[in-house]
Amino acid sequence: MRQPLLALLAKEPAHGYELKLALEQTFGQAYPSPNIGQIYVTLKRLEQDGLVRSQDVEQDGRPNKRVYELTPAGREQLAAWVQEPIEGPRVRDKFFMKLVLAPMAGLADRMELINSQRRHYFGIMRNLMEMQAGMDNASPAARLLVEGAVLHLQADLDWLERCQEELV
Amino acid sequence: MKYSAPDAERPALLRTRGLVKVYRSGGVSVEAVRGVDIEVGAGEFVAIMGPSGSGKSTLLHVLGGLERATRGEIWLRGQRVDGLSASAWAVLRRKHVGFVFQFFNLLSTMTVADNVELPALLAGAPPRQARKRREELLAELGLTPKAGMAPSRLSGGEQQRVALARALANEPSLLLADEPTGNLDSASARDVLRLLSRTHAAGQSILMVTHDAKVAGLADRVISLFDGMVADDAKVMPAPRKAAPVRDVLELKG
Repeated sequence: MRQPLLALLAKEPAHGYELKLALEQTFGQAYPSPNIGQIYVTLKRLEQDGLVRSQDVEQDGRPNKRVYELTPAGREQLAAWVQEPIEGPRVRDKFFMKLVLAPMAGLADRMELINSQRRHYFGIMRNLMEMQAGMDNASPAARLLVEGAVLHLQADLDWLERCQEELV
Repeated sequence: MKYSAPDAERPALLRTRGLVKVYRSGGVSVEAVRGVDIEVGAGEFVAIMGPSGSGKSTLLHVLGGLERATRGEIWLRGQRVDGLSASAWAVLRRKHVGFVFQFFNLLSTMTVADNVELPALLAGAPPRQARKRREELLAELGLTPKAGMAPSRLSGGEQQRVALARALANEPSLLLADEPTGNLDSASARDVLRLLSRTHAAGQSILMVTHDAKVAGLADRVISLFDGMVADDAKVMPAPRKAAPVRDVLELKG
């Protein structure tokens, strides 16, 4: 959550709730919505690390709001984040651990594990397709996020098929 | 949790028992389908998935009478059909089975409109009725402006929509589809899947062979084939929404 908040603050100073709204509006309903508490905790840590600073702004008849802005150190770290490639494929796949190790201990049958995992993936695919059907007017970022999830899921299913071919 | 068979009161639209297909060439025989029992209920959308060489397409061809079963039974609308002659199959298909293929298989010397109208004429419909049905289908699939064109002037996605219109011309009891999105770009594939989903919502029974996992999100049930046998057969149930569904798939780390 740190870098996305820094990136939003690079555009303009904002308070916590504005950041939450900006994330939701950009990425849509598919995005695992951060709760406001998480956002405030993250902002506090960013401030302790010297990456953002904040000041209270008075509001008419309401409690002050705390507005955050990026520091030069924050801008530097953000630039490094933008330039670095993001990690490659996930190899720490929890299902794969289970598939390989559980049958070795006589805890499960591989074919059953694969079938039940596949059913679960199909169920997620159903959720994603339903979500996609209602997204014609969503932002490109929100639509691409769901499409990305669909493509990852397709790859997970292909991998499951390979596991079935080799291990069962 | 196995898929529970439709009750005896309402016989399955399609049912197989111990279906086997063996290919023999020279002295070698290959068992492509090895004892398959499946059922498709009226109004159901069933996807058959599985790796290449698992027997998916062979199974679909045997079910549509394009190839003959080596052993086992096929029942369509309560009638046993595995022993039918090629010509009896042709009559049965015309009335009750629509086919969509990966490579469209449209007649290149006919216009789009004639491709869609032909099945009704072959089935003996009066020309005026055949034309009316064709016009309805072309409008429904967004193809009216292309009616007078040769299929080759259309994009792949459009050609597949024409093929779908043709397959639906005689209001078949069952639509069989063999990798209908296998040769399409992702936007066209999405359009074709949406149309199939819509025809299913309107009551069309569909049995589709596919590699495209998106289909699993639209179908009522998925049959997983492996080595010519059914490895799994289960209704697609939405995953519990304990979290936003992308979280399981995309790790959104900050």
